[in-house]
Amino acid sequence: MSALLEAEGVAAFYGDFQALFGIDLEIGEGERIAIIGANGAGKSTFLKTVTGLLPLRHGSLRFAGSDIAGVPAHRLVALGIAMVPEGRRLFASLSVEENLAIGAYGRRPGRWNLGLIYRLFPVLAERRAAPAKALSGGQQQMCAIGRALMANPSLLLCDELSLGLAPIVIKDIYAALASIAGEGTTIVVVEQDINQAMAMADRLYCFQEGRVALEGRPGALTRERISAAYFGL
Amino acid sequence: MPAASHPPAYRLERSTAASRIGGILAALLVLILAALPFFGSSATMRTIVEFISLLTLAQMWNLLAGYAGLVSIGQQAYIGLGGYALFVFGNDLGINPFLAVPLAGLAAAALALPTAAIVFRLHGAYFAVGTWVVAEVYRLIIANMAWQGGGSGKTLTAIRGFSRWNRESITYWIALAIAAGTVALVYLLLRSRHGLALTAIRDSEAASASLGVNVFRAKLMVYVLAAFGAGLIGALVYLNLLRISPDAAFGVNWTAFMIFIVVIGGIGTIEGPIVGTVIFFALRETLSDFGTWYLILLGAVAVLTMLRAPAGIWGFVARRYDLRFFPVQRRVRLHDGD
Amino acid sequence: MYGWIDTILQGLLLGGLYALFAAGLSLSFGVMRLVNIAHGDFIVLAAFVALVIVQASGVNPLLAMLAVVPVMALVGYLLQRGILNFTLGKDILPPLLVTFGLSIIIQNLLLVGFSADTRKLSAGPVETASIKLGGGLAIGWYPLIVFLAAIAVIAALQLLFARTMLGRAFRATSDDQEAAQLMGIDNRRIYGLAMALAMAIVAVAGVFLAIRTTFTPTIGPDRLLFAFEAVIIGGLGSLWGTLAGGMLLGVAQTIGFKLDPGYGLLAGHLVFLCVLVFRPTGLFARTLD
Repeated sequence: MSALLEAEGVAAFYGDFQALFGIDLEIGEGERIAIIGANGAGKSTFLKTVTGLLPLRHGSLRFAGSDIAGVPAHRLVALGIAMVPEGRRLFASLSVEENLAIGAYGRRPGRWNLGLIYRLFPVLAERRAAPAKALSGGQQQMCAIGRALMANPSLLLCDELSLGLAPIVIKDIYAALASIAGEGTTIVVVEQDINQAMAMADRLYCFQEGRVALEGRPGALTRERISAAYFGL
Repeated sequence: MPAASHPPAYRLERSTAASRIGGILAALLVLILAALPFFGSSATMRTIVEFISLLTLAQMWNLLAGYAGLVSIGQQAYIGLGGYALFVFGNDLGINPFLAVPLAGLAAAALALPTAAIVFRLHGAYFAVGTWVVAEVYRLIIANMAWQGGGSGKTLTAIRGFSRWNRESITYWIALAIAAGTVALVYLLLRSRHGLALTAIRDSEAASASLGVNVFRAKLMVYVLAAFGAGLIGALVYLNLLRISPDAAFGVNWTAFMIFIVVIGGIGTIEGPIVGTVIFFALRETLSDFGTWYLILLGAVAVLTMLRAPAGIWGFVARRYDLRFFPVQRRVRLHDGD
Repeated sequence: MYGWIDTILQGLLLGGLYALFAAGLSLSFGVMRLVNIAHGDFIVLAAFVALVIVQASGVNPLLAMLAVVPVMALVGYLLQRGILNFTLGKDILPPLLVTFGLSIIIQNLLLVGFSADTRKLSAGPVETASIKLGGGLAIGWYPLIVFLAAIAVIAALQLLFARTMLGRAFRATSDDQEAAQLMGIDNRRIYGLAMALAMAIVAVAGVFLAIRTTFTPTIGPDRLLFAFEAVIIGGLGSLWGTLAGGMLLGVAQTIGFKLDPGYGLLAGHLVFLCVLVFRPTGLFARTLD
């Protein structure tokens, strides 16, 4: 299993404020990775650096063997990285179907198309003409995931999928995620819900104040170790 | 380890060494300038009146855009209104034309109130274009009034009773008074809590509103003040020129000059408009033979400044050398011990 | 009586030209939140480009439009990518001041190149041909052509925005330009294309203007004001609203002009101010901007 994403010593800043202090991370093809951590731990910031929305100050970032630090965000889609952003960020003036369609703007060849997305999330087919913001939170999340899939990514990044959603909806979404992973897509999930993270992940990373505090297989990590890493005790 | 039992002693400072020296130099300059009519030429006095006119207009525009966040490209409305008010008060109502200058300022300010009621319904760039529409409305109304000379304008007949030296000197002294008054007013305003409120509004309207700053009232006050200033200058300019016409008085060139001066000099500072006016005049004197090319150059310099050095020349200098002639910020100086 | 109906009809058709003035302005504001103060001056620039082409080749200006459109589109793309993209951001000052500076530069460059002489382009007999409506009423072929062109342009724009991938990209970038990047949309290119499209419409408007009336390098700012007023009267976010706004403005101007030649422009501005006072969101507003 080759490494799809390799981060070495990644440091990132918001202006003068340092958010990431040397992240070392490796994700293999086909893996399901969870990144957990408290608010402000740097999880979303890390995803921003991977998707090119935030530049690296130090360190290196390699995707499928090539250096992607400094590559502008809009070119990374074509390479195979897609993100389901925190808070969904669906396009308000586009309908559900248009939101999905714009996901294919990057036009990478692959199996995902509208038909398949609608089979994965049937509710989206029912509401395809509705304005995206008219959907419920869970449905919007499905739309955002579908939108990212339309780019046929080899690496799918999901930022805080379960925020603000009811438990039963979260279950459905993670079930869909499992079938997506089953097709071979590498998935990284940033989660505040530790149980959910541990249930779906092959490996997890725990971030704490901009650093990797813990890494390992869910089965091999005890609750105590995770809590300690999570809270920095 | 717990901190020391006393918090560090500090005092709030406002003046800097530069500002103290600058204050003395300024006082000397004012004395020399006030005595100019007794030894200087007419041409020099006219140039100084022009300089003061543009400087004041620039300072008013700077106050509007750089502090209140109101980008107006229609200030020429109040220049024109002030100019025509001078002629109405002087020619038609028989008031002493010199006295009419401050009255013209008040007239402009009075008209600014209903104008603001309409124009404040727009925001940002739309507000800017809206102010231009309003200026056009005032221009067209006056251009259609035959009793104000219509499109071809009129002459200030009210000035006829005065000797030439009297007219030029008094106009000149009024200009000096306006200059001193505006600089003092702007400086004091920005030092006061109104000034703090304005800076807060400029940085973030939403945040300052949530802190209790009455954003609408602050903006209205600045808008009316700027109108007053522009009205004063309109009256002064046409007192100097003795002849007014709608296209000249309400021309957008006024705004072009204001903007260029403030952008090139440095927006959001008091020193900026001064530096900008000096540069403007220097350019004008050297390039006066080149008419249209002069305007093209001015436009190009302003565009380049905005793209490359948005803080203007003074902004660059101040940052580099930490200079403040008109200190409006409060600095915290920490003491050790005590 | 017929004099008044005739005046109103003329005003309505004039609205077509104003809608063409406004469409480009609306487009650049819709996609990039940019109000181009030099918009009117670009319309005049297009008129002079047409002048040059007509003088060099002798073709009918309406035909010359086919060349003016790509020229202005290129100008728009280069303008956006070379200058205006660098002014976009949270501060409203840079784009306003830079486009204001450009307005002065364009006007004066045109004055240097073409002097302040009035110009006009002639499209031949179509300018004065008219359609008899019966009862003594007639409308000119030319104003009707301009009006129909406006409808065609607006319909085409609506189609572009609603049905094409580019239109969707425009809307997405306008909604959330960071999320749009995540979709693979290059903002800088999208903004460049939006301005190119806006300038293409400006080209059409400029040629129509050049045929309809005399023009000089300094009439740009008035066109900006008319475009702006049409957009505000019609309401932000609605292109058909802009057409309606243009028509209302046109009627106000023609009626005002009929009452007294000095009142034409003033009437238009006053109607604009009235709409601003009594219905600030415009007649057909769709977005609250």
